[in-house]
Amino acid sequence: MESPHDYHQVDAAPDMDSASPSDTSPKGRRRLRRFAIGATALSALALSGCKLSRYGAAKPVTTQAHEAVKLWQLFFIAGVVIFVIVLLLIIWAAFRYRRRNEAMPRQFQYNNLIEIIYTALPIAIVGVLFAFTFVAENKVDALPKQTVTVNVTAFQWGWQFQYPGYNTRVIGIENQDPEMVLPTNENVRIYLRAADVIHGFYVPAFDFSRYALPGVTNQFDVNIQHAGIYRGQCTQLCGIYHSLMLFRVKAVSPSQFDTWVTTHHNNTTTIKSITQAKSQIKASLGGSQ
Amino acid sequence: MTDLITPTTTTSGITLGTHADHDHGHEEHGPSGLMKWLTTTDHKIIGLSYMITAIVLFYIAGVLAMGIRIQLTNPAGGFVSFEQYNELFTMHGSLMLYLFAGPFAFGGLANYVVPLQIGAPDMAFPRLNALSYWLYLSGSIMMLMGFLVTGGAANFGWVGYTPLSSATYAPGAGADLWLLSLALTGFSAIFTAVNLIGTIFYLRAPGLTMFRMPIFTWNMLVTGILILIAFPILTAAVVFLVADRHFGTHIYTATGCHAVSGAIDIHACGSPVLWQNLFWFFGHPEVYILALPFFGIVSEIIPTFSRKPLFGYKGMVFATISIAALSTGVWAHHMFTTGVVLLPFFSLLSLLIAVPTGIKVFNWIGTMWRGQIQYSTAMLFSVGFLLAFLMGGVTGVMLAAPPIDFFVHTTYFVVAHFHQVLFGTAVFAGFGGVYYWYPKMFGRKMREGLGKLHFWLMFIGFWVTFMPMYMVGLKGMPRRVASYPSYLGWRSWNEVATAGSVLIALSFLVMLINFWVSWRRPEPVGANPWDAGTLEWFTTSPPPHHNFTHLPPIRSERPTWDYNHPEALTLAHGHKGHGGTNGKVANGVAVAANGGAQ
Repeated sequence: MESPHDYHQVDAAPDMDSASPSDTSPKGRRRLRRFAIGATALSALALSGCKLSRYGAAKPVTTQAHEAVKLWQLFFIAGVVIFVIVLLLIIWAAFRYRRRNEAMPRQFQYNNLIEIIYTALPIAIVGVLFAFTFVAENKVDALPKQTVTVNVTAFQWGWQFQYPGYNTRVIGIENQDPEMVLPTNENVRIYLRAADVIHGFYVPAFDFSRYALPGVTNQFDVNIQHAGIYRGQCTQLCGIYHSLMLFRVKAVSPSQFDTWVTTHHNNTTTIKSITQAKSQIKASLGGSQ
Repeated sequence: MTDLITPTTTTSGITLGTHADHDHGHEEHGPSGLMKWLTTTDHKIIGLSYMITAIVLFYIAGVLAMGIRIQLTNPAGGFVSFEQYNELFTMHGSLMLYLFAGPFAFGGLANYVVPLQIGAPDMAFPRLNALSYWLYLSGSIMMLMGFLVTGGAANFGWVGYTPLSSATYAPGAGADLWLLSLALTGFSAIFTAVNLIGTIFYLRAPGLTMFRMPIFTWNMLVTGILILIAFPILTAAVVFLVADRHFGTHIYTATGCHAVSGAIDIHACGSPVLWQNLFWFFGHPEVYILALPFFGIVSEIIPTFSRKPLFGYKGMVFATISIAALSTGVWAHHMFTTGVVLLPFFSLLSLLIAVPTGIKVFNWIGTMWRGQIQYSTAMLFSVGFLLAFLMGGVTGVMLAAPPIDFFVHTTYFVVAHFHQVLFGTAVFAGFGGVYYWYPKMFGRKMREGLGKLHFWLMFIGFWVTFMPMYMVGLKGMPRRVASYPSYLGWRSWNEVATAGSVLIALSFLVMLINFWVSWRRPEPVGANPWDAGTLEWFTTSPPPHHNFTHLPPIRSERPTWDYNHPEALTLAHGHKGHGGTNGKVANGVAVAANGGAQ
């Protein structure tokens, strides 16, 4: 490698045309090789799927969540690879080229090859990431025929879970978390809406959230694979008690679910309707003021 | 280093008219003292007024942020009430985004620096410029007055989603003050944009072609165009909301059209999501309105302290324009979880923005490459910006994928992401710009030692504050919560974040001390203390009333550098492989400048 001091001399200028191609293309090749290694490692890791760490994402309990977490793994690894490469470039430039003397550095400003590489390569990476995103998104948002339906209504500040076809309804307000009972291994359709302002339906174990909007009914499917109790919470700011708008999802076997949904007609609390829930909240607010 | 440039040394430069000779070395006419600040139409005084106001608001917003951090160290909250907490984060976000970041860079720094960089005596419309500032100041005071009215300040988040911001759910006067403030400061931004675009198109010095404009000025031009696209939409959306709140319209209300009740009469009701569409059609370009000026600052600082021209100047210009173009087509990536937007389109465009942004990052690295980097405070802030922006950018790409966004949207993951981007740009780059241009504005330097202490405290505090937010966000902690369950292990992450924010707060106390010390015991500097290349460093520090008495020949984007470094000119064209106009321009400079130097 040539010493960078060679470039400090004014009379080195005529050499520049010959010097530069030989010193930029190995750099370009090195970078390409680095990207190639990264890409290989990345695709190998992506193929091994869920055996990877989840990198902080919640343990997926639905089939849809598995797809989301797989995509997260791809983006996380790609992100780390790109982050590390650019970080090393920045750190190298920052330390290697700190001022050591008053010599004038070569005043170069353009390098076509490198400029093409750092434009084209990100476009290619974006293309690949988008392809994976598109596939995963269609799986997460797919709406096959459902076997169980739940109407979820969010309101200030609580949730109502109503099971059409059964006389079953669960309502809970802040600090009395309602529980949505669902069967495992069945395709559950959730119709989501809001009674007043915008809320967010979020169950970390589903690796999924969706807004509950007034005037619009959103729908999505979950297919829960593991029985258990999962916490849920409102994620969209909805007023004073936003942070207390919690709920639970209780996933049980289909037979247990059938028993529950046909026998449980009432809430464990005394609240019978959203209107009643809201007047109760209003009263408690008035009392506190 | 050439500190002194005397008018007599210019033989091939431009001398500015006869009145310039009269003005040279004299005070401007007109009032002095407070009256000067109240009545001025001088872009430099207006720019300074903007920056001082914006920095005061930054400190207020910072105090609000500390309130948020203290509240979250305890899962049960308790530092302030739930109502007050909602006001805290709403006003923190509103002050930082509407009243600090944009006005500081675009109203303040651009106002001060752009006319100087293009060799203009002032802005194109000096009185309109003054109007912009006074609108901005009154808008800012109006927003702060929310804290004084019954019901408190606006409390629905800086995005003001309907119906939470409607008369039903936010009946107080605080919400109205917030909306009026947006309208006033919005007009202020629009007028400044018109003014800057006019200035850049019509008042450039002879020889200063578009592709010889400093990249800072380029970025401000593109920002101005984005403001003209985005801000009128916000103003319209605000007017609609005021009409909903006070005049009985139903633009954002869904009353009477619940799908539950069967047939929907779409003519009978408005749509709450319309606000989100309008707001983010403003809001996403706004993100780049907040970012591009700061990219411009860094693009000035890094070449100066690397002693090299900006690498890939033209690529940088086109990257800036592509970011602006793409930014008008990505607004719904804030709305992936609404269920009512076309996901693949907005996902692809959002991912694509990474390409021009990446080009910029490589341009900055390329500028440092084989340079002679001097780590002044301003340069440290720029490298800090690069690292912060890299992290924020990588997580931004993750958020552009809807299935990932579904589970991190409105959690602390997003809070961490946009703070890394916005803190990286508005704070690292923004205050880097303060350290960089302060000598030009006041003819004195800020203390480098205190500046570096400021940097290191803030740099460490930055990572300690925002990295834990990614963790706690992935664990499912939603944003804008005044309390959280104690059994989920979120508390320790929040305590770490709060500890980091204390470091950031300390770093800004150091900056106050630096302002004080540098002001009380000045260290005078000459016209060009950093040996920078752009035109503002050619005139005196601070510049005279109409900026220049004469100009150097302008034959590249670094006229001051060319003037001070005739020996470096032959080196300036070490690049090759450029046919066409590029090569011609470069050769033209070399020949002409050599001729001038001999």
